[in-house]
Amino acid sequence: MTVAAPALQAPEAASAAQKLLRVSRLTKTYETPQGRIPVLRGVDLALARGESMALMGESGSGKSTLLHLVGGLDAADSGEIVIDGVEVTKLSDGGRAELRRETLAVVFQQFNLIPSLTIRANVAFQARLAGRFDAAWTDELIRRLGLEKLLERYPEQLSGGQQQRAAIGRALAVRPRLLLADEPTGNLDEATADEFMALALDVVAATGCGFLMVTHSERLAAKLQQRVRLSSGVIDAP
Amino acid sequence: MKLILWTLAALLSHWRHRPGNFLALFVGLAIATALWTGVQALNAQARKSYDRAASVFTGGGAQTLAPASGGAIPQELFVKLRLAGWKVSPVLEATILIRGVPYQLLGVEPLTLPRGVAVGAPAAASGLGAFLTPPGQTLASPEVLRDLGAAEGERIALDNSGKILPPIQANPDAPAGMLTVDIGVAQDLLGRNGQISRLILEKPPGPEAPSLDSLAGAALRLAPPGEEEADLKRLTESFHLNLTAFGLLAFLVGLFIVHAAFGLAFEQRLGMIRTLRAVGVSTRALAAALLGEVVLLALIAGSVGVFGGFRLAAALLPNVAASLDALYGARVAGGLTLDPTWIASGLGIALVGALVAAAGGLTKALRLPVLASAQPFAWRDAQQRFLWRRALLALAAFAAALAAYAWGQNLYSGFAALAGLLLGGALLLPVLLTGALRLGEASAGGPLQNWFWADSRQQLPALSLALTALLLAFATNVGVGGMVEGFRHTFVGWLDGRLAAEVYLEATGTDEAKRIESWLSTRPDVQAVLPGASAMVRLSGWPTGVIGMADHQTYRDRFPMLEQTPDAWDEMKRGNGVLVSEQLARRLNFSLGATLEIPTPRGNWRTKIVGVFPDYGNPKGQLRVDIDALTNHWPDAPRTSFGLRVAPQEAPRVIAALQSQFGAKIARITDQANIRKISTRIFEHTFAVTAALNTLTLVVSAIALLASLTTLGDMRLTQVAPVWASGVSRRHLAQLEFLRILMLTAATAIVALPLGLALAWCLVAVVNVQAFGWRLPYQMFPWQWAEILALALLTAALAALPPLLRFVRTTPAQLARIFANER
Amino acid sequence: MRGSFLVSCLIALLLAMPALAQGFAGLGNDTTGFEKPVPGKGLVFPQDLGAHPKFRTEWWYVTANLTDESGAAYGVQWTLFRQAGAPDDARPGWANANVWMGHAAVTSATDHLFAETLARGGIGQAGVTADPFRAWIDDWVFDGAKLVASGPGFRYAFNLKADGPLVPQGDNGFSQKSDDGRASYYFSQPFYRIDGVLTLRGKEIKVSGLAWMDREWSTQYLAASQKGWDWFSLHFSSGEKLMLFRMRDASAPDFRAGTWIAADGAPQKLGRDDITLTPLAETKVAGRTLPTRWRLQVKSRGLDVETIPVNAASFMATSIPYWEGPITVQGSHTGKGYLEMTGY
Repeated sequence: MTVAAPALQAPEAASAAQKLLRVSRLTKTYETPQGRIPVLRGVDLALARGESMALMGESGSGKSTLLHLVGGLDAADSGEIVIDGVEVTKLSDGGRAELRRETLAVVFQQFNLIPSLTIRANVAFQARLAGRFDAAWTDELIRRLGLEKLLERYPEQLSGGQQQRAAIGRALAVRPRLLLADEPTGNLDEATADEFMALALDVVAATGCGFLMVTHSERLAAKLQQRVRLSSGVIDAP
Repeated sequence: MKLILWTLAALLSHWRHRPGNFLALFVGLAIATALWTGVQALNAQARKSYDRAASVFTGGGAQTLAPASGGAIPQELFVKLRLAGWKVSPVLEATILIRGVPYQLLGVEPLTLPRGVAVGAPAAASGLGAFLTPPGQTLASPEVLRDLGAAEGERIALDNSGKILPPIQANPDAPAGMLTVDIGVAQDLLGRNGQISRLILEKPPGPEAPSLDSLAGAALRLAPPGEEEADLKRLTESFHLNLTAFGLLAFLVGLFIVHAAFGLAFEQRLGMIRTLRAVGVSTRALAAALLGEVVLLALIAGSVGVFGGFRLAAALLPNVAASLDALYGARVAGGLTLDPTWIASGLGIALVGALVAAAGGLTKALRLPVLASAQPFAWRDAQQRFLWRRALLALAAFAAALAAYAWGQNLYSGFAALAGLLLGGALLLPVLLTGALRLGEASAGGPLQNWFWADSRQQLPALSLALTALLLAFATNVGVGGMVEGFRHTFVGWLDGRLAAEVYLEATGTDEAKRIESWLSTRPDVQAVLPGASAMVRLSGWPTGVIGMADHQTYRDRFPMLEQTPDAWDEMKRGNGVLVSEQLARRLNFSLGATLEIPTPRGNWRTKIVGVFPDYGNPKGQLRVDIDALTNHWPDAPRTSFGLRVAPQEAPRVIAALQSQFGAKIARITDQANIRKISTRIFEHTFAVTAALNTLTLVVSAIALLASLTTLGDMRLTQVAPVWASGVSRRHLAQLEFLRILMLTAATAIVALPLGLALAWCLVAVVNVQAFGWRLPYQMFPWQWAEILALALLTAALAALPPLLRFVRTTPAQLARIFANER
Repeated sequence: MRGSFLVSCLIALLLAMPALAQGFAGLGNDTTGFEKPVPGKGLVFPQDLGAHPKFRTEWWYVTANLTDESGAAYGVQWTLFRQAGAPDDARPGWANANVWMGHAAVTSATDHLFAETLARGGIGQAGVTADPFRAWIDDWVFDGAKLVASGPGFRYAFNLKADGPLVPQGDNGFSQKSDDGRASYYFSQPFYRIDGVLTLRGKEIKVSGLAWMDREWSTQYLAASQKGWDWFSLHFSSGEKLMLFRMRDASAPDFRAGTWIAADGAPQKLGRDDITLTPLAETKVAGRTLPTRWRLQVKSRGLDVETIPVNAASFMATSIPYWEGPITVQGSHTGKGYLEMTGY
């Protein structure tokens, strides 16, 4: 079954060569009580539509920070992030919120779900927020992710794997152009993680969106098309 | 022991990381203790003052001789008694107004005053010579000087006559609220030359001295020692019970905070406790450490609370004192001293309160299995059961309140009914709010609305304690506010009817009264002269004034009555009928048409009760009879007081004419406006303390809300972060958070309204009747509700603001880090 | 001489009883406007029996030596003081600036009971009229024929009769108190016979004996250096009377004076060097040590006697404390009398 909506395919067709995500000379420094800690020191990165990429690195290498900047969760100090032609780095707080709502979807290691809402409401939440709720597509996702029996439950009544599956559902229900994931399997055991990854890649492929995932795991990274490694705030030469 | 100390240290380390939670706990406990000890201190101070007041003149077994039927004692009688060997000392007392504030003026004669009499204050350092030699001295407690804003040596003018007091001197031994001057000065200031209010008798003379009757006829009555004290204690008992009840309420509200804070702390430390158990801390050691922590916190916060209570009491004392003075004529000293007994009781109540509040958390922590599975607690089901249980308990509380009302007949049952009402309301609140939020959720349009309602409902358990505190505060505000406002309306109307005459005067003696009366009858500007006379009796031990009234259309038209027989005024005129005050009717169970035997010097007087009239604010009973009937039964009762009907604008001129014509022959003269001013002031003082405690309750509940919101702060972030990540800006989220608190507060206020109205009804129909003996009409004041609602929302907004500002200031980086493991 | 005593009151008040002291001091410090005694003015009766509001202080002072039917000795004191805050104040009511103080006491060999009472002038609680003579405070009365007072544990009502004339002291009633000329007007009635009933601790005792009345008024008496005094009034068996006093001065020789009164009332003034007073034995009473046995000598009269107190503990612990009690006299002359000592 084809799940990609025509509306999403149109721009891709018009500019296939155009990168979905382009990051250039990105820097970010955190002010801490211990002093300024430069986390990103000029990162360059690009991802085309339909491509998937694993972002790897040691703890503290800045890979989560990079993901957060790309996801419009935080603002960079300098450099440029362009997503689908939109210069993210120039957006205001409100603009970034809109970007998150309309263009992106993020899956985190934890706290992806809104505790006060049922799984059904959680999966539909962002899509409804963006005004792009598609009941058929959501049902499809629910079925594929095996969430049918969990819909009326609340997040804390689900296991970790189930929660992350619901998180993917919520993320993809909105039909994002770019899916970001930050150690989505970090709290899962190996088997559950594998199962989760398989599902995720499956639905990502079905939507044709870009997929950028931060992970520690070489094994999981191997499942993605590209791998880049971040160390000391810059991308290692391949 | 070492183990316990290490465990305690580990437990205490938690608070360093959660200063907000610690603050809530600390402030809650301190405030609860402060309110409790504050009220205790006020009561203790008042009681101490009664004892002191009683011993002012009667210390060392001294007795007082009072005019048997009211009025004044002529000075010649004092001299006559002295010359006959009766060791009496004259006292002249009167209430004077200084800048609109009533004070008690006390004229004493220091040379004859028994040694050890507390007003013998002139015998202190300032010296007798200065007191006796012109211009003399005015002795007052330092508090009175402070109230007057007077410096030592200042001369203060009286409001009405414009006469000037002798230079004022601070004297710590001076009785509270009194200005003590030489009796000669007092007579002059009051224009009551040759008059004495009462005589202090150091001890009765030997048998060889002439008897009191042979010297004074029946003019004087020997008041047994302690009579006044006993009356005072009886009369003020209900006032103190009122105060205690409000103190207790405030204490309970404070405990809500403590309970919430402890509960949260235990919840947050379950992991730590499990670890401690795992590394070999025994249950017993853990229990000891947990208890030690509670005791330590209780003692520290309790100490702060006791000190706060002391300050609170000191701040409220002037109003309490004014209330007691106005209501009962009971004077309370201004200087509050730290009393070891209530320091101990304050710390004790802090400890008990803390233990009660912590009990739930403690048992839970102790029962915690070492190897608990990480199974999430099925709190949603538990919550459901919890709500059902609360609903049932609430019904039980309401039923108990109803039972207390139906079967109780005293002040305690009145308060029990109040407590039942409040408890029921408190229990029911989360149930009602949950229902309302469910409705909201069901009717929500968009995802954000849906989340708004759902999230509010989820937050409810954590906020419900604070909201309950708010509920109680609003309900008492509505209830007490309604009662006070109702009283204001009733009182003003009643005063209008009661103050039928425009000018009131009292002559110094019967002959003078006759002369004044005949002079008045020739004046064209005096429309009517309404003579009055009075006597005192005790009905079933209750001190009761008997007032004689002339039969006049003024009274028939205007005298406020609660109920009366059709021929009431005619029956009275015939000397058969008597009007009884509401207090008396309630206290002694008198009903219309019943026969009342009044003890008089000429034997018992059989009368018929033909009317009941309201007599607000009078702690004693009152009977109204025809003036001629009164003078028949009390031949010695001085017929010396008059009410004059004159055109209102003529009143000052008539007073001036009377004063210039009769001067010192008039003991007292005042116009309606003045009496109205004094009465209104008395009214205002009466509920000033209630209002103050009310406001404090509101403040405490605001603190409870702030504390709850602050402790929720961190937890809140993880709940809100996914919404933010889904593309809702921080500002929008902050607005929603703010709206949520306002919505919950408004909902609480809406629940509080009917509860408050029930409360007001209970106060008006049960507590007031039991406490003061009179019942007010039950009235509603919608604008007042709006005011309280606005106040409620403002309170909530203020309480919600700090955590909200913190949220807005949370950087995106901080929010983003919530999701990452690398925090 | 008892003027000295009143000044001692003032001093004692100042030192011992700050409250009352300052009161009296406040009333008494300022002598402006008051009259002062002058020599040669003489006495006028009955006016001088009454009050002299133009002078600052005065007193009516009665002491009596009594015996009961078994011969036991008793002493009785009745005193009324007047102190003015302003000269010549006759205003009625509380504004009147006169303050009255009464002291009464009864002494037996084993008992000494006393009482004090105070009153304001102007209201009638205390006062003195000259004609008919009557002095009173509360229910205490002295009118020349009656002497009545009571206090805790005692009560007396006596009849008086004077067997001789009023006796002017000093120079025809002008009694000098110090070398710098301070003085008072002073006369006595030492010839009272007295009898009546004394109630002591509930027991009624019929007594009779001799009484001595002193009248004295002045405005200013003593130099600041005069600390106290010893004063005697004696009835001799011969019918003669003697008044003696010694003023103890801290910075000058003692001032001594006295009057020998013949049995017919004729006074003879005694000079300083004619008189010797010697303390013989001391008694500790009320925390003070006082000489209670004395040797008295009057050269010109060949008098050399010893005085023995009826009760050595005759101490008046009133707001102004002093010793006042009956004594017996032995030696060249025998008799009885009263001793007053202040400033110890």
